[in-house]
Amino acid sequence: MSAAEWRNAMNAGAGRLAMGKLLPQKQGQTTFSDPADRIGGKRGLSLFLHIGLRHVVVLAFLLAFPVYATPFLTFQIGAQSLALGLVALSLTFLAGYGGMVSLAQMTVAGIAGYSVAIFGAAGSSDAAISLGWPWWLAVAVAVVIATLCAAFIGWLSVRTEGIYTIMITLAVGVAFYYLCLQNYSVFNGFQGFQRVQAPTVLGINWREPLPFYYLALFWSLAGYFFIKYLLRAPFGIALQGIRDNPRRMNALGFHVTAHRIAAYAVAGVLAAIGGVLLVWYNGLITPNSAGTSWLINILIIAVLGGMRHPIGPFIGAVVFVLLQTFAIDLIDRERFNLVIGTVFLAIVLFSPDGLLGLWAALKSRFASGSKFPTPRGGSK
Amino acid sequence: MKQRTFVRTLVGAAVLVAFSGAAYSQQVVKIGLLATLEGPFAAGGADGMRGAELAIKQKNGMAGGRKIELIKASSDAKPDVAVNATRKLVEQDKVDIMVGPLSGGEGIAVKDYSKTQPNITFINGSSGAQATTLVSPSTNFFRFNTEGAQWMVGLGKAALDRGYKRVMVIAEDYAFPYSQVQGFMSEYCRLGGKVPVKAWVPLGGKDYSSVIARIPNDVDALVVVLGGADAVNFLNQYEAAGGNKPMVGGSITVSQDILNYKGKRRDSLVGTIAGSPIADAYDAPDFKAFVADYQKNFPVSSGAYPSPSLFALVYYINMKAALDGLDAVKGDLSGGQAKYREALAKMTLKTPVGDVKLDANRQAIGSTFITEVVKDAQGNLFNKVLRRVDGIDQMLGIPKDQFKMGSRDEPNCP
Amino acid sequence: MTRFWQWFWSLLLGVPLAVFVVWGVWDNAKLFFITLLNGLTLASLYFIVASGFTLVFGLMRNVNLAHGSLYLLGGYVGYFVAEKTGYFVLALAAGFLVAALVGLLMQVSIFRFMQGEDLRQTMVTIGLSIVIADLLIWGIGAQVHQMSAPDWLAGPLRDIPLIAAYSKYRMALLPLGIAIGVLLWLFLNRTRVGMMIRAGVDDRAMLAATGVNVNLVFAVTFAIGAGLAGFGGVIGAVELSMVPGEDVRLLLASLIVVIVGGMGSVVGAAVGAIILGVAETYGLAYAPTYSVVFTFVILAMVLAFRPRGILGAAA
Repeated sequence: MSAAEWRNAMNAGAGRLAMGKLLPQKQGQTTFSDPADRIGGKRGLSLFLHIGLRHVVVLAFLLAFPVYATPFLTFQIGAQSLALGLVALSLTFLAGYGGMVSLAQMTVAGIAGYSVAIFGAAGSSDAAISLGWPWWLAVAVAVVIATLCAAFIGWLSVRTEGIYTIMITLAVGVAFYYLCLQNYSVFNGFQGFQRVQAPTVLGINWREPLPFYYLALFWSLAGYFFIKYLLRAPFGIALQGIRDNPRRMNALGFHVTAHRIAAYAVAGVLAAIGGVLLVWYNGLITPNSAGTSWLINILIIAVLGGMRHPIGPFIGAVVFVLLQTFAIDLIDRERFNLVIGTVFLAIVLFSPDGLLGLWAALKSRFASGSKFPTPRGGSK
Repeated sequence: MKQRTFVRTLVGAAVLVAFSGAAYSQQVVKIGLLATLEGPFAAGGADGMRGAELAIKQKNGMAGGRKIELIKASSDAKPDVAVNATRKLVEQDKVDIMVGPLSGGEGIAVKDYSKTQPNITFINGSSGAQATTLVSPSTNFFRFNTEGAQWMVGLGKAALDRGYKRVMVIAEDYAFPYSQVQGFMSEYCRLGGKVPVKAWVPLGGKDYSSVIARIPNDVDALVVVLGGADAVNFLNQYEAAGGNKPMVGGSITVSQDILNYKGKRRDSLVGTIAGSPIADAYDAPDFKAFVADYQKNFPVSSGAYPSPSLFALVYYINMKAALDGLDAVKGDLSGGQAKYREALAKMTLKTPVGDVKLDANRQAIGSTFITEVVKDAQGNLFNKVLRRVDGIDQMLGIPKDQFKMGSRDEPNCP
Repeated sequence: MTRFWQWFWSLLLGVPLAVFVVWGVWDNAKLFFITLLNGLTLASLYFIVASGFTLVFGLMRNVNLAHGSLYLLGGYVGYFVAEKTGYFVLALAAGFLVAALVGLLMQVSIFRFMQGEDLRQTMVTIGLSIVIADLLIWGIGAQVHQMSAPDWLAGPLRDIPLIAAYSKYRMALLPLGIAIGVLLWLFLNRTRVGMMIRAGVDDRAMLAATGVNVNLVFAVTFAIGAGLAGFGGVIGAVELSMVPGEDVRLLLASLIVVIVGGMGSVVGAAVGAIILGVAETYGLAYAPTYSVVFTFVILAMVLAFRPRGILGAAA
């Protein structure tokens, strides 16, 4: 492979491969997420300065946002986008970097939410199903259960080729929805659980917009940096290798199936945390919280933002929530589905890398003196 | 994109800060209206909005000496969507009074949200779940319409009067049918009726074949609490399977869909009794005036029904309550709306179908109709009013310590 | 699988099944046999819809998640045609043709340019399903549309031993499903186009190499697959009624049928449909709140032990 090809491979984003041809016998390129991140030393210093400004600005904005915005914007737009972004991040991780598009991420989030409602204190109008455990215990159990379920879903899905994953995870997700809808002894059926509320910790009520926003921000940042780290760690690199050429990785001695299931479990942790945040945000959970429309909405959010970088799902979530909240002021709220579906179609047809891809294309069009012509490139 | 949001937020914040100083706007009262304009209840939600708008039109857009500004929002019968829409109306659009939502599950969620906004008054739209005002009620959530169980009071006795001593219940498996069945059975069982089998059909299921196969031979009638269109589906399948038992209907069962049923057993529908908060053929002058007003303001060509539906009536009642309350306090919403709420809690509301007062949980004590399907001279089916039952409170006449909310197993008299 | 394991699994699955059958017949024979008939007729509907799905998937590796929307579209078209003309057969044909046309359009204008990009095609079908579903709600409204059976199929069949009466329309679904199955089999195995489709399922590149107009074959296949969905929609409009949400239900059913029965195999679709239809109906009749769990357990077991489906071939 020539040096230019190598650099090309290093600079290419994950999303391009996820949306492009997924032929099993793919020759060649194993790409990495962000080569510059892996290298320390002198290049690392200039890199630190290069990364620093952009990150600092965004971080400062995120931290200062609630101070200037109304509680409504903080809570309904800010916190909701962060929680949804976290769940969509799990999908981006699986799909963009693992090559497995799982439509069951919201199911995992729903399992976590239901567990919080069932094990913690929740109100349901007639049945006394909730066990009333202290909140930290309920949340911990919820995350563990959801992760186990995610691993199980992964185990079911990885035994077949890539394209089947969508089918199988969709079937699992919808089956879970019907289970929640029709079962009364555990899931309380159509009614679901109400009054599932965030606790008051150390005198701070996590139900209030400001604390909840910072809670969501904390976990989103944690998830984001964790994924960024993981992608550079051997596990993440191996995962991307498995995405590109499972046969070769197998020949190299990697246990492909175990890696994939582990990836599902990691994604499950993220989705579980997102699910707990969402159930606290809504204050209730019903079968529709993990219904088909939400399963697909998470996919839309991930694709909308772009699967080439972990920031994509959060961008997608912000756009989605803004559209959802303010659509009624611009167009009929009733036609929201049509709008979001058309936007999704347009993205998939014309810019498979989502908004990040559009941004990168615009940047490269206006960039001058770029040494390596990378039409979809850019190290971010 | 983040920069744009940031700038917009700054500008928005500045504007809000500039205008939020006053305790209440001098002239305009903002009322938020929430109904389901998406999904299967979309037609009902649209009619509900018409009912609410009619109430405002009848007072020429003024109440308590102040102008009314109506801000609409829509949901799709999902509780989380309803709460998001309500939150936007209350926190972003800054409404003073909130009217809505439409469906039972949404009502419970909005009631829970109302507890976080103690300075805004929330009035129900048409949600009819028992739990909204029975289980952890909210001090600023008012419901001027009767709920699902109250709608069925009187039907149990009417069924026994027809000789239906044993019935089978076929209803969907969620809160609203539970309350309807409870309203029917609490009286029916107490007067000696027997319900050997209850078939709870899973929501979304359209296949009634298994239920039909389980109908015992020795029941006299079927108590069918399904939505009008589902009832048609059920009747189709029941007829095709060779069944011929009479039906007793829930409040949304004997609707126009089933009355226009084209099947072979159409005539067997004649004589079906039901309990409902509205009856098209009710001939009291107040109600006829209401229907005429609806027809004048919303002609069929604009997409309205020939006659107001249940949703139009109930939303009309609740919005009228909101406006009458404003009249009673002469538009004074100061002091966290305390005087306004007191006025609402104490008032006797005059509605087209009788008087309504509120009980201690701010739930309506009102009336319901027992109807029967009859054929008119042209051979069309319509709902004739047998009698109107007044003064029904949420306890359905049962002593408070013996009262249990309707569920799959309550009440039981096999 | 060794003989020991074959015996083991047959006993593990067969014995509880046999026990259930004996108990069911003894407890309430009428209910048991009515449920059996219900299950088989439901399986007929599932088969018709899922066979279209598996045809498209088997040949073009395109997981058409808009299949449910096509079902809904066909159902609505059939409803309105039946209302206007009063002929059920005309409604069936109209449902089939309109859905086939839409499917043809989708293939020719969108999917043809994305060959090989399976994932992208699937995403496009997801987007299309959302758009089509919302357009249908916009145009037709979200109320339930219940189509009535034609007069010659309405009403009960009487005087059946043990059961006494059964719906004529539902009973007619059995021979209809078998007829469609036989027609499909004949089409795939006795016509030239069918031969090309089968060859394409096995090896697409080779098919193109032999000089066949692969795009034409794809277009025909997609049209037939979509048409079958529409045809199923008209049938379902009578039996189950049309309402937004039915598309998801039928899509899920098709997915499970195809996963259980084997991807790309029409006989597999028949096997999967019978298993799913019977399991679902018995679940609904005997344990309504857990019927979905049965379905899911079957799905999980098939995925665990035969990931390609019962009759699926290695890709």
